[in-house]
Amino acid sequence: MKRVVITGAGTINALGTNVPETLEAMREGRCGISELNIRDVERLSIRIGGQVRNYDPESQFNRQQLALYDRFTQFTLIAAREAIAQSGLSFDDDLAARAGVVLGNSGGGMTTLDENYRSVYEEGKNRVHPFVVPKLMNNAAASHLSMEFNLKGPAFTVSTACASSNHAMAQAFQMVHGGITPVMVTGGSESMLCFGGVKAWEGLRVMSRDACRPFSANRNGMVQGEGAAIFVFEELEHARKRGAAIMAEVAGFAMTSDASDIVMPSKQGAARAITGALRDARINRDQVGYINAHGTGTAANDKTECAAVADVFGPHADKLMISSTKSMHAHLIGGTGAVELLACIMALRDGIVAPTIGYEEPDPECALDVVPNVAREARVEVALSNAFAFGGLNAVLALRRFA
Amino acid sequence: MSSTQDRVIAIIAEQAVLEPSDITLDSTLEDLGIDSLGLVESIFAIEEAFDISVPFNANTPEDSDFDISSVRAIIMGIEKLIAEQA
Repeated sequence: MKRVVITGAGTINALGTNVPETLEAMREGRCGISELNIRDVERLSIRIGGQVRNYDPESQFNRQQLALYDRFTQFTLIAAREAIAQSGLSFDDDLAARAGVVLGNSGGGMTTLDENYRSVYEEGKNRVHPFVVPKLMNNAAASHLSMEFNLKGPAFTVSTACASSNHAMAQAFQMVHGGITPVMVTGGSESMLCFGGVKAWEGLRVMSRDACRPFSANRNGMVQGEGAAIFVFEELEHARKRGAAIMAEVAGFAMTSDASDIVMPSKQGAARAITGALRDARINRDQVGYINAHGTGTAANDKTECAAVADVFGPHADKLMISSTKSMHAHLIGGTGAVELLACIMALRDGIVAPTIGYEEPDPECALDVVPNVAREARVEVALSNAFAFGGLNAVLALRRFA
Repeated sequence: MSSTQDRVIAIIAEQAVLEPSDITLDSTLEDLGIDSLGLVESIFAIEEAFDISVPFNANTPEDSDFDISSVRAIIMGIEKLIAEQA
């Protein structure tokens, strides 16, 4: 089987408009969550989010592109341009024919849906713009990415709620690992910070009104974010031959389904996914130095996740670090695993572990080293990235430091 | 000429990313580089501008009761729709 490495990364999220800005914010433990600036926010009871600020789409796209690109597609393309530029790849001939794109996304073009429902239901209009469908479909971002960069191999979108990006990146990994293609572009994006999007989440009553404080005893829920992160997954020899800079190795993954409850997480399902990823990557559990937690800041997720980690790692659970960067960039739902992979890359490549900020009170049910509030320097050989979605769908990726 | 004509030309020019002065009555949409998506977007803009409903089906443009063979034909069709509505 082929070894798979990451040779490009790009992002836009509440912490920054590119990877260096985002990693700097993670190192400094900066919070990207603030008051939402969206239409009808006064009718929402949840008014905070990890919103992308000072965003000027006209500086990135022309009028015709903007007519076709929902915000989640725009974020995807901005992140993809950074990732592919960094990789140094251009897609021509045989590479173009084989390389593809697999993205994670949950809500599709929810702002497009929201605006157009508003116009037909609230304003009583009987006509909508002709591009509503191509703009809101969940695969729009993957399709536009394939068009902009000439990727003609496998291209599709995976939608598994909060695990979408991890499922997508696992698929991309598998395609390169199995030799189907030397390069895949992958990651995920989300943009549902609009009235209808936030209102729907409000309904579940799992949202915090003030902050995302994962693992802290006084945590009171999740906070929604938006943005994208995109990566270039490349076969090791292909990357070596062209002298590409390698950020980290993707070593393996596992996916499991709880098959039990549509919203409540299961310790067994999470533990099976973590164990499976270690087995797939042929990594001993005591090699794991860092876990980027799913860590949503809800009562149920955080204690269940900590219990699963304790079960899988035994005594080593007290030696590894586990942090939730959602405390900073918030929960990007279908795009979250992609942005969180950046924290794993930072731990492996730069030796800096991103903190869990907003941590105020220890919770005996989350008694692990959650890297509270301040980033830490550490040599990390293996990092895991957890994603445990509504619907009981779990996906864990294992990454190894590339030396 | 009529303001209907000027307004339609302005919509088509914007779609084609051209100046209105570059559009002649004999221009076809193909001449102007407007593809099928550009066409449905133009029809949407025309419907919005004149508050009319244009009987155009993108599956079977040739069977639609709306002639799009030239800018002149489009303007005549719109003037007829406006007159019918009045």
